[in-house]
Amino acid sequence: MSEQKDLQVIVDPELCQGHNRCKAIAPELFELDEFGHAHAVGDGTVPPGLEGKARLAEANCPEFAIKVAQA
Amino acid sequence: MTDRPPVSDWATDFDHLDPRWVTEPYRIWDELRRQCPVAHSERYNGVYFPSRYADVRAIAYDTEHFSSRRVVVREVPPRAPSGSEKPKSSPAASTLASPPITSDPPHHRPARMVLLPAFTPDAISRLETRARKICGDLVDRFASDGNCDAAIDYAQHVPVAVIAHMLGLPEGDGDRFRRWIHLLLHEGIAENASFAQALAEMDDYFRVQIANRRSVPGEDLITFLLGARMEDQPLSDEHIIGTLRLLLIAGIDTTWSAIGSCLWHLAQNRDDRRRLVSEPELMPLAVEEFLRAYAPVTMARQVAKETTVGGCLFKEREMVLLSFPAANRDPEIFPQADRVLIDRAENRHAAFGLGIHRCIGSNLARMEITVALEEWLARIPDFELADPASVTWSHGPVRGPRKLPVVFR
Repeated sequence: MSEQKDLQVIVDPELCQGHNRCKAIAPELFELDEFGHAHAVGDGTVPPGLEGKARLAEANCPEFAIKVAQA
Repeated sequence: MTDRPPVSDWATDFDHLDPRWVTEPYRIWDELRRQCPVAHSERYNGVYFPSRYADVRAIAYDTEHFSSRRVVVREVPPRAPSGSEKPKSSPAASTLASPPITSDPPHHRPARMVLLPAFTPDAISRLETRARKICGDLVDRFASDGNCDAAIDYAQHVPVAVIAHMLGLPEGDGDRFRRWIHLLLHEGIAENASFAQALAEMDDYFRVQIANRRSVPGEDLITFLLGARMEDQPLSDEHIIGTLRLLLIAGIDTTWSAIGSCLWHLAQNRDDRRRLVSEPELMPLAVEEFLRAYAPVTMARQVAKETTVGGCLFKEREMVLLSFPAANRDPEIFPQADRVLIDRAENRHAAFGLGIHRCIGSNLARMEITVALEEWLARIPDFELADPASVTWSHGPVRGPRKLPVVFR
């Protein structure tokens, strides 16, 4: 399991319903629009040290709207 | 309640008002999940009960076959418009529609978008100081007594005071709000007159409030709705009243039940109690786990078009109990689903629903539950049930303790 390559978080805007679990778990990686729907900060690249939070955000999304992938 | 015919078989004759279902539902649901994952009953003119997460999720997402025009399974269907096609001004619609919870696409989205900005984490965080004061003051009233009823003296007051504050309504009207909720969601499930009476009273009450805000605007949610626009039009009074009814009903009983269930759990689990006191940073995980394990809200849908889910045929016009609490106990999705693990890190529970009707007040509820537990534990870190047999639970779409006597030093 290589975590050497950068990870990227992606929020599917069709699936996000604004539960805001990702924002609570990893505020460094997600931000909300005025309606509370989430999107990744910047291009979604996960800075070193935040891989665990990215995985937790993915695993806690009730809508399965978040994917963490190798960039 | 007392004269209801007893249930002969949970898979083919269930009744969500049966006392066994009300007091100890989880074992019944676990058994159904193993043996008959979609139960059906001829009661209530036909109602289904899917117990698996996958089926609950599929139905929540399928707004084509499953309509939100009826969201509560009741004994007597109200004098209802059978769809959202009826003219908005029809009196029947005005007594029932509570947009957006009772809306289907395409009407749902615009009504929801109007409300969403008032319920974001930032908007809700501005209410936290007030909520903390409300909770602290409540606990201070009984903290030195050595005992209280955690549901009656505490949990039920917290969301009433917070939602009254949000809507700019007098906190002193709390008894009236709770009475309406009791009539609508409890008595009204089996008895139509109570239902109609509460609707009429709420209607009158909110008409006066709307008129008051028109002459003297405030900084509350009613004033916000009066200024809101949906598809470039101001909201009709009927729409505003329906939405206010929704916010009041959905904002009180639910959170009150959640807070009560958390305290019920903590009263019986010394290790969890001590851990939350010594490791307060666990609180966010614990709150999510309590929401999973004791999710208070079961919604409903009406089958709009015959379809098959989970291998079961759903017949048109029958109702579906959409049990997020049962979905949250499905071991297919949640390892050790029947155990409450306050440090459960992976927890994509469905307590606030799934899909387009996700509870709009979820951030508000989380804040209130968190603050209510923190303020309680800060003053009463150690407490126990006074008598487990004296705890009573609500029946109907919202489940939580209604009598919860506890003792403490």
